[in-house]
Amino acid sequence: MAHQSELIARDIGAYLHAQEHKSLLRFITCGSVDDGKSSLIGRLLYESKLIFDDQLTQLAADSRRVGTRGGELDFALLVDGLAAEREQGITIDVAYRFFSTERRKFIVADTPGHEQYTRNMVTGASTADLAVILIDARKGVLVQTRRHSYLVHLLGIPRVVLAVNKMDLVGYAQSTFEEIVDCYREFVGRLGLTDITAIPISAVHGDNIVARSAAMPWYPGPALLQHLESVEVDASLAARPFRLPVQWVNRPNAEFRGFAGLIASGRVQPGDRLRVLPSGRESRVARIVTANGELGAAAAGQSVTLTLDSEIDVSRGDVLASADAAPQVADQFEATIVWLQEEPMLQGRTYLMKAGTRTLSATVTPLKHRINVNTLEHEPAERLELNDIGVCELELDRPIPFEPYTASRALGGFILIDRLTNNTAGAGLINFALRRSQNVHWQALDVDRQLRARLKGQKACVLWLTGLSGAGKSTIANRIEKRLAAAGRHTYLLDGDNVRHGLNKDLGFTAQDRVENIRRVAEVARLMVDAGLIVLVSFISPFRSERRMARALFAPGEFFEVFVDTPLAEAERRDVKGLYRKARRGELQNFTGIDSPYEVPESPEIRIDTTSLSADEAAARVLAHLEGRKVISGA
Amino acid sequence: MNRAVPLTHLQRLEAESIHIMREVVAECERPVMLYSIGKDSSVMLHLAVKAFYPAVPPFPLLHVDTTWKFRAMYEFRDAAAKRVGMPLLVHVNQEGLRLGIGPFTHGSQVHTDVMKTQSLRQALDQYGFDAAFGGARRDEEKSRAKERVFSFRTAQHRWDPKQQRPELWSLYNARKRPGESLRVFPLSNWTELDVWQYIYLEKIPIVPLYFAAERPVVERDGSLIMVDDERMPLRPGERPLMKKVRFRTLGCYPLTGAIESEADTLPAIIQEMLLTRTSERQGRVIDHDAAASMERKKQEGYF
Repeated sequence: MAHQSELIARDIGAYLHAQEHKSLLRFITCGSVDDGKSSLIGRLLYESKLIFDDQLTQLAADSRRVGTRGGELDFALLVDGLAAEREQGITIDVAYRFFSTERRKFIVADTPGHEQYTRNMVTGASTADLAVILIDARKGVLVQTRRHSYLVHLLGIPRVVLAVNKMDLVGYAQSTFEEIVDCYREFVGRLGLTDITAIPISAVHGDNIVARSAAMPWYPGPALLQHLESVEVDASLAARPFRLPVQWVNRPNAEFRGFAGLIASGRVQPGDRLRVLPSGRESRVARIVTANGELGAAAAGQSVTLTLDSEIDVSRGDVLASADAAPQVADQFEATIVWLQEEPMLQGRTYLMKAGTRTLSATVTPLKHRINVNTLEHEPAERLELNDIGVCELELDRPIPFEPYTASRALGGFILIDRLTNNTAGAGLINFALRRSQNVHWQALDVDRQLRARLKGQKACVLWLTGLSGAGKSTIANRIEKRLAAAGRHTYLLDGDNVRHGLNKDLGFTAQDRVENIRRVAEVARLMVDAGLIVLVSFISPFRSERRMARALFAPGEFFEVFVDTPLAEAERRDVKGLYRKARRGELQNFTGIDSPYEVPESPEIRIDTTSLSADEAAARVLAHLEGRKVISGA
Repeated sequence: MNRAVPLTHLQRLEAESIHIMREVVAECERPVMLYSIGKDSSVMLHLAVKAFYPAVPPFPLLHVDTTWKFRAMYEFRDAAAKRVGMPLLVHVNQEGLRLGIGPFTHGSQVHTDVMKTQSLRQALDQYGFDAAFGGARRDEEKSRAKERVFSFRTAQHRWDPKQQRPELWSLYNARKRPGESLRVFPLSNWTELDVWQYIYLEKIPIVPLYFAAERPVVERDGSLIMVDDERMPLRPGERPLMKKVRFRTLGCYPLTGAIESEADTLPAIIQEMLLTRTSERQGRVIDHDAAASMERKKQEGYF
């Protein structure tokens, strides 16, 4: 029996010793409303003796008051948690239940069977080793069954138990059971689910739950709990190449530098050669440090701290991988997305993406199609609504190490976070990298930006001057650069007009071209900062989103937005280049301030009011700011 | 070689808890660990030491003190903080203290609300903590079963069961706006039995009150209440008797019922727990106050 009461009473020491070797199985139960899911879980808790006397007393009272079994014990009430749910007789969220037997501890993700189903089931399935799919024997394989099976397949759960419930209501008929199983196997065969164990049960009466039922002598297989206890828990993760997403760099003092994280796959031991991704640098494992002493080896599923035998740059978000089987690095993917929030997913919108221990920006480029989870058909779609599943392309602001989700949940699964609300907006699974990024491997360079900047005796940064045409950006930028050059700093000035004569001469002034204009300049500025320069960018750059995109390319403290604030009337009065007059005459289209908007910076690092400061005073103010931030000293 | 030995359930739980704690430290600005001195806090503290070794866990301990804990708990608390080398902050609701709020004079509901729920909110606001670790487990109580590992709280510390973020894989979303905060439960997937087994395996120190010993108690409203200090008013006819008792959970002594027991070793405690037929929270007087009381307390900001 579940808890070996006799052994516990007789020899607690022997019992505790046996418990040390218990394994853990996480599973999810999927079913439609009234398939008897809550009854099944309640029954498992009851049978494994995890229902205490006071809970039973409460259950008996509840069963009489709100039960649906005519006053008999209603096990479903054990697991319907929140008060609101009990009143409405429904469950509205994922709940986790725990029980254990002498061989295993079980964690059950219990997901409701109606609205919000996809969202909740995907959440529960993401951590499950096995899925129990419930079918009402009277109803057979329903549309919902297909949906559940598709989601189980999508989330990569390798093993399925098909629990045909309510066998008591079909007279425990073997033929009914076999018809359902045949029908189900035909359907899931097409999906690619193969590891399926079918068990006829009655959760309410306890048939084939803990022990084989006398009511179904024709069934030769194990009871549900026997099967759950003995099914192999996947150990294949440890056999895969080593991957450790770095969570935290442990630096208690100058002598110790450890990289902490949960091993996603593989094994590691001191002396192993590792590659740091995305930088591509390599080193060897020096020690595996734990509070209980150093380990000779560690494997998938363990939280460890590694030290390396050379000083190389590793930070949170990087992945340590075995050097001879490192994952690829890419910044464009095709991914399957499950949408989890009310506000729909739109093409072209940028979300925060948390992948492993790294958070970055991801833009939805085309949404290819939506998947109808009932028919599995692909439907054209412009957006994904709550509970929709679709396939789209994603463009990231930086390359990341990855593996397809089917190969690694840890390196292929991610969440999308809404930038405004911070809600978890979507869940994603990487299918593959788009070829154009996959083949451009990031070259690991031994001379890095810090070194280049140090050789020049400075800190590299970018000063991004934004403002209306004629606001005075170029004039001020010129003065700043002259003073920096005079102080021996290495600088470069990227000017809007000049760049449009060369690099960007193919671009016009439509909103789309302006976005591309800024993207290219921001990328050029990034390369120059990488080269160790102080870069001045003097561009109208009228849109907040593009300035934000530019900022995101740089490390915190490297990007200074300088708002050259000149009122439109004043800029138009100065009209140094005569452009405002032309625009007013209709000879220039899409002119910022006239028929194209300028979005004022919300929180620039520096704001220059040109109606009260001269160009020299403005330059002095900017330099003072840089000194204050220790970017330069005494220029 | 490389034949993989699957991790045991406790190894998997330990690795998950450590992962959770490191995520918080990496993503939050001012984390704190709520330290309630009980066995779950002891396990949580032990895991924190492991998670950040050889560094000292990079956050302080916070004890929200009602001033009514057992004396043995205060001694244990100070010794534990000293042992691990983490700063210990003790917060008492001074307003409540001034008004003389206590369990004997105001009843358990008012006492818990003022000295625990409100006091916790005060402390979090006062220090500006944006993430607080708590030792709650999903198996403790039904409304906890749906609690997230990273539980999001509004700037008013409210918990809205409908606004909790889905948690997939081991990807926790710790983003929040200024003023908003997270309660984080690294022991979410542990059961009471797991906690005891882990204490046993790892030899984690716990408050002696968990072990049976002769203690002065009175029987009151069906519970055995220990007379821990002179503040306890005796009702007519009540006389403290020495009984061999122990506690399954620890809280304010006037609100915590003892059980008669001979279990004075860890294996004996675990044995008794496994063979007993009443659930852990039954010793806590606060749960009996109202139906769905935990859910309501949580919405108000109780842990």
